[in-house]
Amino acid sequence: MKLKTALLGAVATLAFAPAAFAERGTDGEVKIIYWQAVSTLNPYLSSGTKDVEAASLVIEPLAGFNEKGEVIARLVTEVPTVENGGVSADLTSITWRIKPGLLWSDGTPVTANDAVFTANYCMDPAGGCAQLARYEGIKTVEALDDLTVKITYNEPRPNPYTAFVGATSPLLQAAQFANCMGAAASSCTDQNFAPIGTGPFRVTEFRTNDVVQMEANPNYRDPAKPAFATVTVKGGGEAAAAARAVMETGEYDYAWNTQISPEVQGQMEAGGKGEFIYAFGTLVERIEMNMTDPSPSLPEGERATVAHPHPILSDIRVRRALSMAIDRDLLVEIGYGAAGRATCNLVPAPEMFASDNTDCLVQDVEGAKALLEEAGWKVGADGVREKDGMRLKLLYQTSVNAVRQDFQSIIKQWWNDIGVEVELKAIDGSVYFGGDAGSPDTFQKFYADVEMYANNFDGTDPEPYLAQYTCDKAPSPATQWQGENVNRYCDPAYDALVVELGRTGEISKRAELARRMNDMLTKDTMTIVPLVDRGRLSARSLSLGGVVLNTWDSELWNVSDWYRVK
Amino acid sequence: MFTFALRRFLIAIPTLLIISLVIFLLLEAAPGDPLGEVPLTVPPEVKEKMRAALGLDSAWFVRYFLWLKQFFWVEPLNLVDYLFNTQYAEGMQRVISFQSRQPVMQIIAQRVPQTLTVVGLSYLIGVSIALPIGIYSAYRQYSWFDQLGTFISMVGFSVPTFFTGVVLIIIFGVKLQWFPSIYDTMHRVTDWQSFLVQVRQMAMPVMVLSLYNAAQISRFMRSSMLDNLNQDYVRTARAKGLTEKVVVLVHVLRNSLIPVVTVIALGVPTIFGGAIITEQVFKVNGLGQQLITSIHSNDMPMVMTLTFIFAILIVTFNLIADLLYGILDPRIRYD
Repeated sequence: MKLKTALLGAVATLAFAPAAFAERGTDGEVKIIYWQAVSTLNPYLSSGTKDVEAASLVIEPLAGFNEKGEVIARLVTEVPTVENGGVSADLTSITWRIKPGLLWSDGTPVTANDAVFTANYCMDPAGGCAQLARYEGIKTVEALDDLTVKITYNEPRPNPYTAFVGATSPLLQAAQFANCMGAAASSCTDQNFAPIGTGPFRVTEFRTNDVVQMEANPNYRDPAKPAFATVTVKGGGEAAAAARAVMETGEYDYAWNTQISPEVQGQMEAGGKGEFIYAFGTLVERIEMNMTDPSPSLPEGERATVAHPHPILSDIRVRRALSMAIDRDLLVEIGYGAAGRATCNLVPAPEMFASDNTDCLVQDVEGAKALLEEAGWKVGADGVREKDGMRLKLLYQTSVNAVRQDFQSIIKQWWNDIGVEVELKAIDGSVYFGGDAGSPDTFQKFYADVEMYANNFDGTDPEPYLAQYTCDKAPSPATQWQGENVNRYCDPAYDALVVELGRTGEISKRAELARRMNDMLTKDTMTIVPLVDRGRLSARSLSLGGVVLNTWDSELWNVSDWYRVK
Repeated sequence: MFTFALRRFLIAIPTLLIISLVIFLLLEAAPGDPLGEVPLTVPPEVKEKMRAALGLDSAWFVRYFLWLKQFFWVEPLNLVDYLFNTQYAEGMQRVISFQSRQPVMQIIAQRVPQTLTVVGLSYLIGVSIALPIGIYSAYRQYSWFDQLGTFISMVGFSVPTFFTGVVLIIIFGVKLQWFPSIYDTMHRVTDWQSFLVQVRQMAMPVMVLSLYNAAQISRFMRSSMLDNLNQDYVRTARAKGLTEKVVVLVHVLRNSLIPVVTVIALGVPTIFGGAIITEQVFKVNGLGQQLITSIHSNDMPMVMTLTFIFAILIVTFNLIADLLYGILDPRIRYD
């Protein structure tokens, strides 16, 4: 009996050994490569993913998202909800309680004033805060006591988890940034490059667009973490080279955003030093239909405005036929491999918001032809359909990107097969997404018949995303071509649903509304033709443990749990 | 000679001012937007405020004159402050990068060492192997050495560095694992061991760039030597009974060097420009890599300042090359 007890004890000790003996800084260095180099560690001055994620090693929000998209407490005792009284019953205020005894990496205590300061810092009109949207609609942010922060909104807020939630709105230390308010924000180089934080690491050296070095934060709240003593975040090169450094040469432990062709992914995996990891969020590559006439024969100021409906695409049968001609699974196979999946939804996730709309997944060329026939488009002498002397010809634009050009040429082929003539156009990304009202090539101006790009929404709540398709958000000369409703889609019934969604607090009701709105934009009207749900794809070394890819927050969200596999 | 130098120097000032205006207008006219990379999830109103914070809402000439003031007045003052610990530039707005909000000059100062060690060394190595190869190839024209030299320099000329770089990485980095494929800019040489690490990480980028530089210069050297070897004075020197060594290395070489020196001098500014592609391939984050990332993100102050500094260097080295001409060849006098 004694022997058995002793043996059991020994087994138990061995089993718990890694956890029990885990100590801060025992696993040496972890090397991360971000091929888009990090420019700054202040996410309020840069919305670049690379900057936000590198900063998330150092500075943290009050709460974050886990890999399932659920809100998790980071610096607070619990996530406020209506049930636990943290969110007021009328949904106009939320109260966060900071964990007692929490310290900044310089040893001073974290207080509610730091949160108040951070909100004021971002909301300062002269600062040009990149994350202002996270602090939108806030009436006041006040410190009720040293550890309690109360945010009051102008109107009921069904989703109150915006300010101080997620890597895009971390807490700054008031003492450090006190002189960096407003216009002074950009002159605070030292602060922006080495913010004092509560995260698992603190900055030792920062070289913009090159490399960041960090060491374990001696005041991190969990004394056993992080396992790594130092982190190096190196930048430069391109995705394939970053993947190679993890998968083939083994120089790095983790490579961010290794979007390379599925074929090359397979070759690199044969190297045996690492693996590709992927997870799906809300990023959807889609084709957008122009509901207005972009013809250059129209005078400037009227071209591509609601005054002139599109001569071809206004007919839903044409839009539907164009969607039916596409084989989405083939597109995934060519462009993204395991890191993509075919979708018919604009909102593919979180699960409760995703509609069960799968009609588009099967390619139906004959059906598409029949639909065009029905719409009156008859095949002409050269194989291109015609109607009333007008040829079925479309201009199809997108940004310069290898995968997008592949997609363009394949889709062009499919559309040619059903008798549609297609002209392709590829525009440099910085122009296409640049929003310059003077340029004819921006995606907002949409001087083409169809266009392709990818978009997603921040966090887990699709409300602001779906609210982009109201009539008044259509870009036009009157709005200097700004606005998110690039299709110029306009349906009063949809606008009413947007208003209703803004008033609804109950989560299941919200999900139902969101699904209905998604269906209106996609399968009911074919205004937006989703193609591929694009996952995040990164590479990790087989010797790096604890990595959980998260698409709802920073990819490095759980870096404090990473360890060296021995 | 002095008046010539002075005149050239004075002409350089308006030239540079015009260059700066042209660069600025080109950047202004170029498509693209500094906020082009901002994710689509950021609402347009927020973008508008970010634009204003970068000073992009004022007219182009206001921004141009502001840049001139910052570059020619604030930045030199900052340098004085830094050198003599004074406070003349206190509170003045420096040239700030849009991307990182760091003063552009600080970034440049941080990156010059990387670029000089890698690109500068490869230029030195390139020149020092190119000259002997060029001389011997010309002396033994159409020999197997000349043929081989021609072949290698054709390869160096025609195969782009992004190709040779990746081939080297696959051979020496992935297969043999001799050299790292990613350059560590934070590495400090403190002892013999760390020196070896530095040599290993520099090996591949220096190889790629040296091949390219050597290919160019050895061709110049060879053709210049060939021009001179057939001259009458060479025959005279041989007829006087001078040894081949003296004929080639003293009489012919000195005369052949004149055009080559110009080429080498004019190549020096390109060292500071960095090697955009090679730096990207090996992640040597020097000036070239900075320039290309700034261009991608439309970081106007950074691109403007860097290109203008290159312009200054090119104008300066042109002047130096002209003056060297006069010193090397006494027949050329500017007075």
